[in-house]
Amino acid sequence: MVTPGNFHRGPMDDLLQDFIAETRETLEALSGEIVAWESHPGDRARLDAIFRFVHTVKGSCGFLDLPRLERLAHAAEDVLAQVRDGARTPDRALVNAVLAVVDRIGEIVEAIDAGAALDHSGEELLIAALAEGSDEIVLPTPVAQRAPARSVRLGVELLDRMMNGMSEMVLARNELARRLRSRDIDPAVEAALERLSLTVGEMRDTVTRTRMQKIDALFSPLPRMVRDTAAGLGKSVALQVDGADVELDREMIEVMRDPLVHIIRNAIDHGLEAPAERRAAGKREVGRLSVSARQSGNQIIVEIADDGRGVNVERLIQKLAATGVRSERDLRALPEHAKLELMFHPGLSSKDSVSEVSGRGVGMDVVKASIDQIGGRVELDNIPGKGLRIAIHVPLTLSIISAIIVGAGKQRFAIPRQSIEEIVSERGEAIRIDLLGGTPIATVRSRRMPLLDLGELLELCPDRELHGPRMLVIVCAGAGSYALAVDTVLDNEELVIKPASPAVMAAGVYAGQTLPDSGLPMLLLDCAGMARAGGLDFSRDLDAAFGDEGAEETAPGLPALLFDDLDGVRRAVPLAAVDRVEKVAAAQVQMAAGSYRLAIDGRIVPLALQGSLDGRERLSVLRLKDEDVEVAYAIDEAIEIITLPADIAPARTPGAAAGVALVEGEQIELLDVLWVFDMHVDRIAARDAPLCLLTGDKDGWLSTFVRPLLETAGYRVADSLSPGEAPAVVLAADAGMSPAAGDAPVVRLRRKRQADPGDDSVYRYDRAGLLFALEARLAGGERY
Amino acid sequence: MTGQLYLIAEVAGRTVAIDSDQVESVVDIGEVTAVPRAPKAVRGLAALRSRVVTVVDTEAALGLNGCTLARRAVITQIDGHHYAMLVDTLDDVAPFELRPLASGIALEGNWRAAARGIVERDGEPVLVVDLTAMVPAPSLLS
Repeated sequence: MVTPGNFHRGPMDDLLQDFIAETRETLEALSGEIVAWESHPGDRARLDAIFRFVHTVKGSCGFLDLPRLERLAHAAEDVLAQVRDGARTPDRALVNAVLAVVDRIGEIVEAIDAGAALDHSGEELLIAALAEGSDEIVLPTPVAQRAPARSVRLGVELLDRMMNGMSEMVLARNELARRLRSRDIDPAVEAALERLSLTVGEMRDTVTRTRMQKIDALFSPLPRMVRDTAAGLGKSVALQVDGADVELDREMIEVMRDPLVHIIRNAIDHGLEAPAERRAAGKREVGRLSVSARQSGNQIIVEIADDGRGVNVERLIQKLAATGVRSERDLRALPEHAKLELMFHPGLSSKDSVSEVSGRGVGMDVVKASIDQIGGRVELDNIPGKGLRIAIHVPLTLSIISAIIVGAGKQRFAIPRQSIEEIVSERGEAIRIDLLGGTPIATVRSRRMPLLDLGELLELCPDRELHGPRMLVIVCAGAGSYALAVDTVLDNEELVIKPASPAVMAAGVYAGQTLPDSGLPMLLLDCAGMARAGGLDFSRDLDAAFGDEGAEETAPGLPALLFDDLDGVRRAVPLAAVDRVEKVAAAQVQMAAGSYRLAIDGRIVPLALQGSLDGRERLSVLRLKDEDVEVAYAIDEAIEIITLPADIAPARTPGAAAGVALVEGEQIELLDVLWVFDMHVDRIAARDAPLCLLTGDKDGWLSTFVRPLLETAGYRVADSLSPGEAPAVVLAADAGMSPAAGDAPVVRLRRKRQADPGDDSVYRYDRAGLLFALEARLAGGERY
Repeated sequence: MTGQLYLIAEVAGRTVAIDSDQVESVVDIGEVTAVPRAPKAVRGLAALRSRVVTVVDTEAALGLNGCTLARRAVITQIDGHHYAMLVDTLDDVAPFELRPLASGIALEGNWRAAARGIVERDGEPVLVVDLTAMVPAPSLLS
C-alpha cells in the first residue's frame, strides 16, 4: 500500500484526471446517442443513456468540488428524471436545452483539463431553459465555441517515412554541394544552396522532434500499478519516480512499456520481501522501489532499483541445470555477471511458486528481447539480500547528436560529444602514461584513470603511416571516466543516429549507426560498453540509488537489544524498533478488558508480555514505536546491545518469535515486533476510531465515493460487521431505508436535493452536510 | 504449375532457393564499413541510399571458412532491421512447390538450422534456406 505522499499527484488529482478522461470518453460515445435522441425524443434507451451520463457527472462533481458542473448536471438530471417519470414530454425546447447543457459540460471539462478559465456567462440561461414552458433556446453552435483542434494523430509509420525522406534529402543536398564545389560556381547558385541547406537543417530538427515524447507517458501509470500490485501481494512499497521529463522517441516508449511493467511487477513480487521478512532482515517494512530516467550522452538510461532480496544466483544455476540446457559445471564456470544474466534465460522464473502477478510464463527473456530489438541493453547490479538494480540503456534513436569523429587504424568512429570530457594529446604537458603491472594508466593533470586503446580494443591493424602521437579522449562512462587513446581526432559533426541491428549490437561496444555526409556508414561508440569490453570496473554501490537512506543498511549486521524476558527466556529485539527502555512500577499496569495496559506519561499504552507479572513490584518495559502507534513490551531486564548475524533461522509458525539467531554460541530468540504490533495495536485502533457501517449500497456509490471521504475524516468504514463488532453510526444509501442498526444512530442519504418536511436525510452529494450529520449524531447519540 | 515464388541463388558454392516473401530487393553492395568485435558472419555495414544495412557473410553464417567475395546481396527485413545477405550469383526466379527433406538426410553444420525443405528444379533438388536463420542472433550463453 503506497502512501499518498509518494505519488506525483495527490489522489484527488488522480480522481480528477480519471473524471476528465471518463467524461470525455462518455461524451464521445454519447454524441451518437444525442443525435439519435434529437430525432426521436421518445426513444427511451437514448434518454436513459443521457440520463446516466448527467447523473454520473453530477455524482462525481459533488466529491471533486466542481460546483459549476454539478449545478448544470443536476439541473439536466432533474429534467430528464421528469421525462423518465412521464411528468414532462420531451419537446423540441427541452431536447435543445438538455443538449446545450451536455455541450456545456464538455466545454467545462476541457477547460478544467487545460487549466483554462471559462466564463460563467449563459449558464444560468441554460439552466433556466430547462424549465417547463420556457422558450426554445437557440442551440449555441458548440463547434464554434470549442477551440479549434490544434493536433492530429499520426501513425508512427508515417513519421518514419518522413524521417527517412528527410535523411534522403540531407544526402541529396550533400551530393549536390559536393558536385557544385568541384567547379567554379555562380555566387547566386551558392546562395541558393546555402538557403536550401539551412531549410533542410531546420526541417530535420522539426521532423526529429515530432517523434519525441516525454517519458512521463511511461511513468505516470506506475504509482497506481505499484499500489495495486503491492496491495494484491500484501506488501508495502514506496515508489520514487525521477526524470519523467526526459524525452524519448515515441516508438521506444511503446517498446519499453511492457518490459518496464514486467520488471516492476517482478521487483514487487519476487524482489521485495513480505513486511515480516523485511523486518526480520533489519529493513524498513516498506519496500523501496525507485524508477528513474536520465539522459547520458546518446542514451537514455531507465533504472529500476529495489531494496529487496536481490537475485539468488545459486538458485538460477540450480534451476537452469535442472532444465538440462547446460550442465551445472558449465554454468558455474561462467563469470559472475554472466551468471546473473542467466535470469534472462527463456522460461526461467527465479521464484518457485507461480504467483498471480508475475507468474504468467512471461520471463525476463521477453524483456531482454524487446530491449535488444531497439538496440538497447540491460545491465544488472545485484546485491544479494540488499536489492537489485536493473538499468535499461536505450539509444535516442533517430535523434541527431553532436559527435566527434575519431580515427583508429583505417576506420572512423563517432563518439557522442556529451560523453567526452576533454581531448588531449598524449605528448601534452601534464600528461603521463604509465604501466601498472601490465595495465596502462593515464595521468591527466594529476588525475589518474584507466587507459584503453581503441585500435587494440577493436583489434584493428594500426595505420602505419599515421603513427604520430595518439590523442587521448577522456570519456565519461556513467560510473567513471577513462582515457580512450585514438590515432586521430578528425571532425565534429551532427549525426542522425539509428539503432544498429542486434547482430551488430552484440559486439557490445556500439550505441548505433549513422550515415554521415560521406555516404559511408559509421558506427557510434558506446563509452560504457567499451569500458566493459576493456575490463574496466566502475562497479557502483547500489545504495547510491537511494541516497543516504541506504546507508543504515550497509552497516554490518543488525543491531539488536538483548534482554531477559519475564518468562526467563533470553531474547533479542531489533534496536530500530525500540524507542526507549524504561523502568515502571507494577502498579502502573492494569489488566482491563482482556488485555494489559500501561499508564505512562499521562497516556494509556497497550502492554504486551510473555510470562507473568505476578509478584513483581517493578519491571522494565521496551517502548516499541512504529510511526504513530506504540506498544510497550514488558521484560525482566535489558542486558546489552549486540549485533545479529545475517543468518537468522526463521520461525516455523507465526507468533512472538520471528526466528532464532546464533549469538556467541548461544541460540537467541528474536522477538517478532510485527506480531507484537499486530496483536496489540489494531484492537486499540478499533476502539479509537468510530466504525461507520454502510448499508444498502446497491450501486457501489457508498463504497466508491463516500468511503474515502469517511476514512479521510477519521472513521473506520465497513460494509459488514465482524462478530461482536458494533457500529458507531450507520449510513444508509436510501432515505426510505430503516436498517437494523442496533443502538447506533442512522444517517440516511436521499437522492433529491430538497428534503420533504420531517425528513432528516442528507442530500447524497452534500459531503459537508454528510460529515456534519455523522458527527452530530455520534456526539449527540440522537436516534431517528 | 502454381506454387510459391523462389529465388534460385548460389551461396557458398551451392545452389539454394530463397522464399521470395523474404526478399525485399536484390542489390549490389558498395563499400562496407567493418564492425570490429561483431560475430564473424557480420561483414559490416553498407549504405543503401539513406538506409544502413547490416551485411551478412552467408558463407560464414553457414559455418564455412570462406570469406565470400560476392558483392551481390539479397535484402531482407527481420524485426525492423535490414540485412544484406551476400550471394555468389542469382540465377532465376520461378514458382516451385516446397517439399520436405527426404527422411534420413542429415545436413551438415549450420545448413541444418537454415534448411526449410527442398524444391525440385528440372529434376535437380535444391535446398530451400531461411534467411532469418542465417542472421547471427546475439545469443545469451554464447
